[in-house]
Amino acid sequence: MAKLKLPTPSEALDRVRETEVWKSIFRPGSIFRRGYRDTSRDRALATMNNVLYHLHPVKMKRHGLKLTYTFCLGGLSFFLFILLTITGIYLMFFYRPAAELGSAQAYTDMQNIRTSVFFGDLVRNLHRWGAHLMVFSVTLHMARVFYTGSYKPPREFNWVVGVLLLFLTLGLSFTGYLLPWDQLAVWAVTVGTSLAGYSPLIAKQANFLLLGGVIVGPDTLLRWYVLHVLALPFVLVIFLSVHFWRIRKDGGISGPL
Amino acid sequence: MARDDTPLDQETFDRVLAEELGKGVDRRVAEGRARSAAVRAARAQSGEAPAATPAAAAAATPAGDGDGATAPAAAPAAAAPAPAAAVPAAVPAAAPVAAAPVPVGAPAATLTAPERQAPPPSGNVPEPKKGAPEKHRLLALVPPEGIQRVEREQGDRINVWPHLLIEEFVAMMIVLAALTIFATFVNAPLRELANPNLTPNPSKAPWYFLGLQELLRYFHPMVAGVLFAPTLVLLALAVAPFVDRNPSIRPGDRKVAITLFTMLIMFGAVLTIIGSFFRGTGYNWVWPWAQGVFFEL
Repeated sequence: MAKLKLPTPSEALDRVRETEVWKSIFRPGSIFRRGYRDTSRDRALATMNNVLYHLHPVKMKRHGLKLTYTFCLGGLSFFLFILLTITGIYLMFFYRPAAELGSAQAYTDMQNIRTSVFFGDLVRNLHRWGAHLMVFSVTLHMARVFYTGSYKPPREFNWVVGVLLLFLTLGLSFTGYLLPWDQLAVWAVTVGTSLAGYSPLIAKQANFLLLGGVIVGPDTLLRWYVLHVLALPFVLVIFLSVHFWRIRKDGGISGPL
Repeated sequence: MARDDTPLDQETFDRVLAEELGKGVDRRVAEGRARSAAVRAARAQSGEAPAATPAAAAAATPAGDGDGATAPAAAPAAAAPAPAAAVPAAVPAAAPVAAAPVPVGAPAATLTAPERQAPPPSGNVPEPKKGAPEKHRLLALVPPEGIQRVEREQGDRINVWPHLLIEEFVAMMIVLAALTIFATFVNAPLRELANPNLTPNPSKAPWYFLGLQELLRYFHPMVAGVLFAPTLVLLALAVAPFVDRNPSIRPGDRKVAITLFTMLIMFGAVLTIIGSFFRGTGYNWVWPWAQGVFFEL
């Protein structure tokens, strides 16, 4: 009986690379099709044949690498958004936005997340602290963009989109603030929305629209939950796409100063 | 660089166009060749060093094939490799074209080709020609000056992979690690169940609205609540690039803009810090080191 010869790992990898499935996943020219050698060509192909090509060009200005130019703030804001989405989806499995008088399901679910859900407390902490950090990093990102003069032509419109994204980030943070349905959440939101209630002419209507009633109640919770997990992220992702697209169309990173 | 920005030598354009039309080539092709020649002549005149790159030299030298009008201007081209000068100007003409005779006495050529109006929609979906091959061309060869010339300084550029992507990855990991450690040891607050009949003292908004809440202590709600904070600040920020028409991005040239923005940021930060740490029971002033901090995230 002939001895069975096992392929070496590199031979096995080569054989896998020849399969139709592999070829259907990785585009011609992808480094995963033909292997990566550290050459200029393969460095370019690594970006070009990657979904990252939607976010990053193949080449960029050297000064854009300098940490003190961007402080990575935009990228980190995006990273925090991803982190908040992941932790938020996990929390959604254990949370019901119901707050009838006497038995607030939302609050009970919060207590369960803290005590009995697998890693629930850590995920909730990550979500909460990450959200505060995101508001902070988006604000700092805006300051960085201002100080480097990056809002100047041709980037004016992208600055306007950025202001909108800041507004949406605040909206997401504020709507999420209510969801624990504890004393802190309800009264912070009561105070916060009363600020909006000072609008001239439409004060009452604006407040009613925000709260779904005259005070913060069960309807407010459901309304803000839907805004928090669906409506606002949806709008944010659309403007985020425009924001990223315009960075590349407007010539990549601004500067150097 | 947009097409209209490309400098053209009008004289050369008119002359080459007339020549080409005289040879009986299609008007569209003739315009392209005239344009190409005019761009080369204009570049030779403006003294753009034709020998900057071998390719540029090869493109620029055929301008010397013209008559005396462009010959002196093409003098720098002599510095280019000699064989390049021997390239006949008629090389691009080798492309097969459907030569539709155009009267030589065509109206005087304009600098840019006249706009070609598309025929109005007839409502009939066009049928492919009988016997035509099932193909269409996706790629055409055009002389680089014929249609448009994109000019951009390549500058000092680096590959995004690996340089930027590794930096981004490290930044992400640092933030993730710091946040995870923080979240492991510091619990997010969860107070007792909400009670609409029991107002906590003090009642504060989330921290990013505390500047606004603080402002309400000093101004009429109408001013602080709506006219001032959300509308005015957000609107002012949004229109900033349209108001600030100073093209410079050097900090030394932007003293007013930087001062105004820094004042805005400082104003917001100070109000937020006061609202967060210096306001206690009854939203009265407290010293955080003496009476404690009345602040929850």
